[in-house]
Amino acid sequence: MTTVETATGPAKTMVLNMGPQHPSTHGVLRILLELDGETIVKAIPDLGYLHTGIEKTCEAKTYSQAITLTDRIDYLAPLSNNLGYCLAVEKLLGLEVPKRAQYIRVLLAEMTRIASHLVWLGTHAIDLGAMSVFLYCFREREEILKIFEMVAGQRMMTSYFRIGGLALEPPTGWLRAVDRFVRMMPGRVDDYETLLTENRIWMARTQGVGRINLEDAIALSMTGPALRAAGLPYDNRKLFPYSSYEEFDFIVPVRTESDCYARYMIRIAEMRESLKIIRQAMDKIPAEGPIRTEAPGIVPPGREKMKTEMEALIYHFKIFTEGFSPAPGEAYVTIESPRGELGVFVASDGTPKPLRVHFRTPSFVNLQSLPKMVEGQMIADVIACIGTIDIVLGEVDR
Amino acid sequence: MADNIQQSTSLVAEHLRSWNPKAVESVIEFHGEITLVVPRELLRATAEHLRDDSNLLFNLLSDMTCVDRFPAEPRFELNYHLTSISRRDKVRLRSSVPGDNPVADSVTSVWPGAGWMEREVFDLFGVRFTGHADLRRILLPDDWEGHPLRRDFPVEGQR
Repeated sequence: MTTVETATGPAKTMVLNMGPQHPSTHGVLRILLELDGETIVKAIPDLGYLHTGIEKTCEAKTYSQAITLTDRIDYLAPLSNNLGYCLAVEKLLGLEVPKRAQYIRVLLAEMTRIASHLVWLGTHAIDLGAMSVFLYCFREREEILKIFEMVAGQRMMTSYFRIGGLALEPPTGWLRAVDRFVRMMPGRVDDYETLLTENRIWMARTQGVGRINLEDAIALSMTGPALRAAGLPYDNRKLFPYSSYEEFDFIVPVRTESDCYARYMIRIAEMRESLKIIRQAMDKIPAEGPIRTEAPGIVPPGREKMKTEMEALIYHFKIFTEGFSPAPGEAYVTIESPRGELGVFVASDGTPKPLRVHFRTPSFVNLQSLPKMVEGQMIADVIACIGTIDIVLGEVDR
Repeated sequence: MADNIQQSTSLVAEHLRSWNPKAVESVIEFHGEITLVVPRELLRATAEHLRDDSNLLFNLLSDMTCVDRFPAEPRFELNYHLTSISRRDKVRLRSSVPGDNPVADSVTSVWPGAGWMEREVFDLFGVRFTGHADLRRILLPDDWEGHPLRRDFPVEGQR
């Protein structure tokens, strides 16, 4: 506690505890707010309430088994985590994924981006009082989850991307469901904009709130929509393309006001760009082709081959009992997850289990900027700022 | 370990060596990724040079993490993943500290974003960073004993 100068003389500040149980912290986040009346003097986040030791557990699993753990990190964009991890291990092994699998990965990654942004918009809006938006966003997200269930068998924790490609062949007719979604969605995004973009209450709660200048943002390693709202068009899909993103035509929305409203506008625009990418991916995906690369001893053979060929059976057995051992080395891959730059660092020591897996999660790093955004503003603005950074506690704590 | 290429094609390594020949102990190239191994004493100076030199401009610290190489020494291998936004370039900076004295310089004066990353390495590995303004545990409770991500800490068990 410190003493601050107020209009009526020196006064002591008050420390208020926010969380870890709080409907608006989007998970178990605890923030200590040092207040001068309603103005924030200092904000100190306290993390770790959702720490489950995912990185340590990955060291006890084989490279393939660890994929199921990655879903749980950013649990609102599980396919994004799968993609980052698989790309890192594929780099470690020097594997080239077939184009068909790459295009399907792009399509599903962009659907994940939309699903994640829908949750973000719904929860951010309901925190600031716009309750209907929450229900509309979740109604659309339901369609996306149905498609994930169709393809991967699972709505959320999909574990659909595997080392070398995909887990399963997608079912026939799945692109019709994607097409229905892509035709329906633009009108729905227009609906959200009708409710919020020119809404006086929304603008009053988000414009000018949570400003951070570009220099501070880069210094604090901020990435994702928040960095793009500060004026820098930094997007891993454009600057360091992965999984054939360089073949897709889309823009990266950028703004300069760097407040909550700018981040809102960027994420809405990103949803539209993702729909563009999905439409292009639908046209690009060949009707037939391998979904996994050929790498005996690393990528399991197809079921038919395994049941008829002796070598394939032995490879299958060895892969699922012993696992495969990459040559010792390290790989670091960054992808553009809905929240920002997701980095996966994998270190191998020549054994079937990874020596170290580290997830550089955007929510953890972006949350570091919260005190800067929030100091000098009011308590209600803290809610807006937490929402605008778009954090997922599973990612923050791992 | 992957090949140690002393004569590297890496321009970054050449720039660093022309600034200070002792800065780069070795260069590792692996699947297109360049790793520069830097001695512990020159870590902060090299970090500053990487950020400020007009040929390098690595202004974004993407990630900072640690690998425990137990029982090999030096035990704790610190890895810094740097991105130069304007030059569209990436590099990995590596510096190792021994297990009996796991202390390194903090790079928060160069990239403030390292603040929480170094706290996490301190919390889970026990490496101390001199010059860090607020070095305390971040993910585990303040009264937790031990550093779980060390290789000699069990995956499961009871206290």
